[in-house]
Amino acid sequence: MGRKLLIEHAQVEGIRTYEVYRKQGGYRSVEKALKTMSPDGVLEEVKKSGLRGRGGAGFPTGMKWSFLAKPEGVPRYLLCNADESEPGTFKDRYLMEKIPHLLIEGMITSSYALGANTSYIYIRGEYSWIVFILEKAIQEAYANGWLGKNILGSGYDLDLYVAPGAGAYICGEETALIESLEGKRGNPRVKPPFPAVKGLWASPTVVNNVETIAAVVPIINDGGDEYAKIGIGKSTGTKLISAGGNINRPGVYEIELGVPVEEFIYSDEYCGGIKNGKKLKACVPGGSSVPILPHFLINKTANGEQRLMTYESLSDGGFVSGSMLGSGGFIVYDEDQCIVRNTWNFARFYRHESCGQCSPCREGTGWMEKVLWRMENGQGKLSDIDMLVDIAKKIEGNTICPLGDAAAWPVAAAVRHFREEFEWHVHEPKACMERNYGLVREPVAV
Amino acid sequence: MPKVKIDGFEMEVPDGTTILQAARMIGGDIVPPAMCYYSTLQGSGSKCRTCLVKVTKGSEKDPRPMPKLVTSCQTMVMDGMEVANITSEEVQKARAGVVEFLLLNHPLDCPICDQAGECHLQDLAFEHGAAGTRYEFERRTFEKIDIGPYIKLHMTRCILCYRCVYVANQLTDNRVHGILNRGDHSEISTMIEKAIDNDFSGNVIDVCPVGALTDRTFRFKSRVWFLDPMDAHRECPTCSGKAVVWMYGNEVFRVTARKDKYGEVHDFICNTCRFEKKAPGDWVVEGPRSIDRHSVIAQGHYGQKALTVR
Repeated sequence: MGRKLLIEHAQVEGIRTYEVYRKQGGYRSVEKALKTMSPDGVLEEVKKSGLRGRGGAGFPTGMKWSFLAKPEGVPRYLLCNADESEPGTFKDRYLMEKIPHLLIEGMITSSYALGANTSYIYIRGEYSWIVFILEKAIQEAYANGWLGKNILGSGYDLDLYVAPGAGAYICGEETALIESLEGKRGNPRVKPPFPAVKGLWASPTVVNNVETIAAVVPIINDGGDEYAKIGIGKSTGTKLISAGGNINRPGVYEIELGVPVEEFIYSDEYCGGIKNGKKLKACVPGGSSVPILPHFLINKTANGEQRLMTYESLSDGGFVSGSMLGSGGFIVYDEDQCIVRNTWNFARFYRHESCGQCSPCREGTGWMEKVLWRMENGQGKLSDIDMLVDIAKKIEGNTICPLGDAAAWPVAAAVRHFREEFEWHVHEPKACMERNYGLVREPVAV
Repeated sequence: MPKVKIDGFEMEVPDGTTILQAARMIGGDIVPPAMCYYSTLQGSGSKCRTCLVKVTKGSEKDPRPMPKLVTSCQTMVMDGMEVANITSEEVQKARAGVVEFLLLNHPLDCPICDQAGECHLQDLAFEHGAAGTRYEFERRTFEKIDIGPYIKLHMTRCILCYRCVYVANQLTDNRVHGILNRGDHSEISTMIEKAIDNDFSGNVIDVCPVGALTDRTFRFKSRVWFLDPMDAHRECPTCSGKAVVWMYGNEVFRVTARKDKYGEVHDFICNTCRFEKKAPGDWVVEGPRSIDRHSVIAQGHYGQKALTVR
């Protein structure tokens, strides 16, 4: 059993309340940071820990913090990105729902390190009940002197707010999040300038994922070096993985980075194997926007090495035979699942969530969705398969924000690894409908 | 002053110049097309992705090439930068892809569109577009809306460049229209079909690169290439009064602001000049306007009726 740093106390009765959380050793990191460390000292610890962004891209957090511009007389902001909307990812929800004080503790320590006096938690609108949980926790923190003016007599002030969004996936992109927080339409900004220089209200801003900020708490408590001992190579620490799909035990698991993927799927500690004793077909290891892996590339990389749950190992082989750790939305497919239908479902999501600002993403996501829908309904053509790859290639890398890439990667990867299944959909539409929907019906005219 | 080389042409440009502006200083074929960038509107650009270029050398200090194609309208020039536009196959392919995306939901109703002949999308499709489409689905359509007495919004033709939104934000008193919805179903609109009512609203017609916003006082009156554009001015208390009148014989068919080579207006004109002053005596005609961007208009011969419909 691996060490648990974040959700160790998640099952303790009443951990949502301040008293129980404090009894379990809560707010120690704030005490330690504010009383014994300088802001730069906290930053050094985070750098030493090798913590990488848990929201998807895996950018080193310490480096991100050190890029923050610090001009005189301009406020700085820390924003917590709780707009977790990726299909397959639900780890932040678990964390915020169970232990809201952990996030708040992380926010205080991180804000202190960055010198931010106002911080925001931008939470997606669909998590409406978590807004109340967080606000109650913030009230308790204010009442006990962890927030507000002159925290612990250190002279450091911090105000923390929860800002609910209106339910847009695109607002999880950091500049769109900032736009939305400013009260505008959530369109991503053109970079540069990066948020570290010009972010919220044209001030230097850092945007971090919920889990990243929560991970600062154990780093300060135990020290960065101790945290860096967990994991392999540049993937240090623990990671929350939200496992779903055809497995025996779906749920949120905290793993030490470096657990073999095979162990993660089949061990009773984690997913507990494939449901109903079926065979493994494919796996999406990091939320819907990362490339899908076929069964022969899940346990072993293309070189024959064992595939581990780390940033490096999962992306081994690039996009030809690898994927990404992403945000940790681990989706497992058994042999009965239809890859075309699944890809269409993802494409439909991206079509719906594209902001419509730049043309390749706006038009391309809709086009891909329509082509996949046609194929799924038995009207596909063989030329459609190559056309899908071509559309994906024309979107990828040509858009303002990464949503275009996120829409293109799963489609391109599905065609790359499961071309036979796409061809089967074209050649035998009735047979694939029988499998997918359990009934024989005539192909629908599109 | 930084030196930049675009497709082998070197130019010294002031600090803070974008690649697109530098290319325009050099001029000629190497200027990337721009559908959404508008130099006089703050914040415009980077949306249409037609101006993508390849930076083959970042700068003198850091000679690495940039990993992705960049939008030339937003990327600042660095000293020693080398850019490939028409010499890069990758750029041409990406641009052809963008044109395909832009035309995907465009109705291609050029034969009945008032913008035909001075439409940027037409020029772009002519230069980079494919002969046919691979899109086999129903295109998105919208109802035509009259926004105010002078402007017709034909959303079906829109390519969502956001230029008119910036005009409404920056040129007029209060914001009157914007984008509704998201993704490929987003649309330019006024909330609850409210009329656009202010002195400078007519400029949204000039900034629109396609025929989505057209002049209701000119709709279906004539094709632009049958008209003679003339530089003209008048004493106007509201605006500069400098405009182009489009004449057929002695009759003024429409009035627009003066657009430069790249279709950009620097002196915006007011609605009175644009829509209400159409008697020949209203304007002091300075002389013929040379139009070099749109070849079909430039072909018109002043003083003679060379083009007749057969």
